[in-house]
Amino acid sequence: MILLDRVTKTYGKSPSPSLDRISLHVEPKEFVIVVGQSGAGKTTLLKLLTREERPTSGKIIIGGIDYDKLKDKDIPLLRRKIGVVFQDFKLLPNKTVFENVAFALEIVGMGNKEIRHTVPKVLDIVNLKGKERNMPMELSGGERQRVAIARAIVRQPRILIADEPTGNLDPKHAWDVIKVLEKINRYGTTVLLTTHNVEIVNKLKRRVVTIQNGKIVSDKAGGSYTLGNTDHRKA
Amino acid sequence: MRRKIRTFWRIVHTGIVNFIRNATLAIAAMAVMVITLTIVLFSLITNATFANTIQQITDKIDVSVFLQDSVTEAQGKALTSELQKLPNVKSVSYLSKQQALNSYIQQNANNPDLVAAATESGNPIPATIRVKPKDLNKIQDIKDFLSRKDIAAMQTTGSPSYSGDRKKAIDNITHATNILREIGVVAIIIFALVSALIIFNTIQMAIFNRRDELTIMRLLGASTWYIRGPFVVESAVYGFLSAIISVLIVNSAFVASSQALQASSLGLLDINFASQYFGQHFWLLLGFQLLIGIVIGSLSAVIATRRYLKFKTK
Repeated sequence: MILLDRVTKTYGKSPSPSLDRISLHVEPKEFVIVVGQSGAGKTTLLKLLTREERPTSGKIIIGGIDYDKLKDKDIPLLRRKIGVVFQDFKLLPNKTVFENVAFALEIVGMGNKEIRHTVPKVLDIVNLKGKERNMPMELSGGERQRVAIARAIVRQPRILIADEPTGNLDPKHAWDVIKVLEKINRYGTTVLLTTHNVEIVNKLKRRVVTIQNGKIVSDKAGGSYTLGNTDHRKA
Repeated sequence: MRRKIRTFWRIVHTGIVNFIRNATLAIAAMAVMVITLTIVLFSLITNATFANTIQQITDKIDVSVFLQDSVTEAQGKALTSELQKLPNVKSVSYLSKQQALNSYIQQNANNPDLVAAATESGNPIPATIRVKPKDLNKIQDIKDFLSRKDIAAMQTTGSPSYSGDRKKAIDNITHATNILREIGVVAIIIFALVSALIIFNTIQMAIFNRRDELTIMRLLGASTWYIRGPFVVESAVYGFLSAIISVLIVNSAFVASSQALQASSLGLLDINFASQYFGQHFWLLLGFQLLIGIVIGSLSAVIATRRYLKFKTK
């Protein structure tokens, strides 16, 4: 489903690459957790997957699409196939909660009736019933995060990328979010999750990929947080 | 097809909703657009008014051909109809000796000495042909015709009368009106260009303020026009409303000035004519304003959104 072959990304004239010859293969329906300290290259990795950035060298193939052959006009089509929960939510400030989630469906041309039917269901999944008409400004950090998740999953993408989706949540809500991700994964979506949260990593018992200084230092099935006690950035 | 129509309405709807939700920004942008559009409208009307004033001045200019007393009325009328055939001649009128005298008396009615001098010594005023040229710049044609030997022979010395002091005056007026016309056209072009730039800048600022939205929509996989469309609609709405407001401002300015000012003109600016011109061309001017407002507004949005919609190439 996701294939990276010796991918290197160097920003501008920076002397050291943010990602250094990364190779990663994710099977369909897999649930992969990417861990690593801030600046390790996690976000760069996700930006490469959404084609927000282009690799300096190396090959990326997602869902059969070779990024080298991807034309600019086809990038929107690619992004519609991938659901992304951004670290900073990236909600549209001038749209209500409902409209933010509906937007993901509007751009693929779904009818109003279907949108009115689908969006409340997804908002229900992320526990945001009754907040449909609120603006993002009026929500707490955790609520915004859940809107972002709702927007990412509403299209039922084949791949879901979640960048620190539990970063702003208390443990209870964090687990709610993780449960949503697991549920989507069970329905057949490939999930790529980045997190700092040791507890979540250890409890999930999924494949864990650790990135350090732009390199994959470990890749273990059913793994745990291998950076261990040196990193205290808990949720 | 149905999907395209649905998408189109979504774009329009979103644009209008955004316009309402961004009320403060919209008002700021529109204030700038209203001012610039009002200036353009004023310069259009002023230019038309000046053109009218110039026309009135040039209409008063004619070339007087003074005929020898020996020339018969029939000969004089024949010359008149020949003059009429010249391409640059707008109108010709023939005044017999008596008519010319009457006209002279009328012109100098408040100068009894001159009138007495003219009437007491028989009629010294020659029969006169008055030629009004179409274009003062091409008056040379008429001059050439009148200096033909046979025709020159029919005229008194000092005829035709543009060749003396009046020639100088006509030249000056021609020169001045030409410059005024040019200034008018150049002024309108400059105002229109400056307005376009100001409007573009305003919309660029408004979009700059919301560039995050554009990049977010991009990341979610929205197509270029689905992102850009609402901004174009929103800017078109700015342009539409600003055009209407600018026309209303000018309209109320005329209403107020016609009530407050006793004078019908301010120097060269003939307010009566300006007001009349505005009234007669109301729909045309409104249409023009709407066109500039909407076209420049939406075009600015297209250009201003471009940079935020680009994909990284490196």
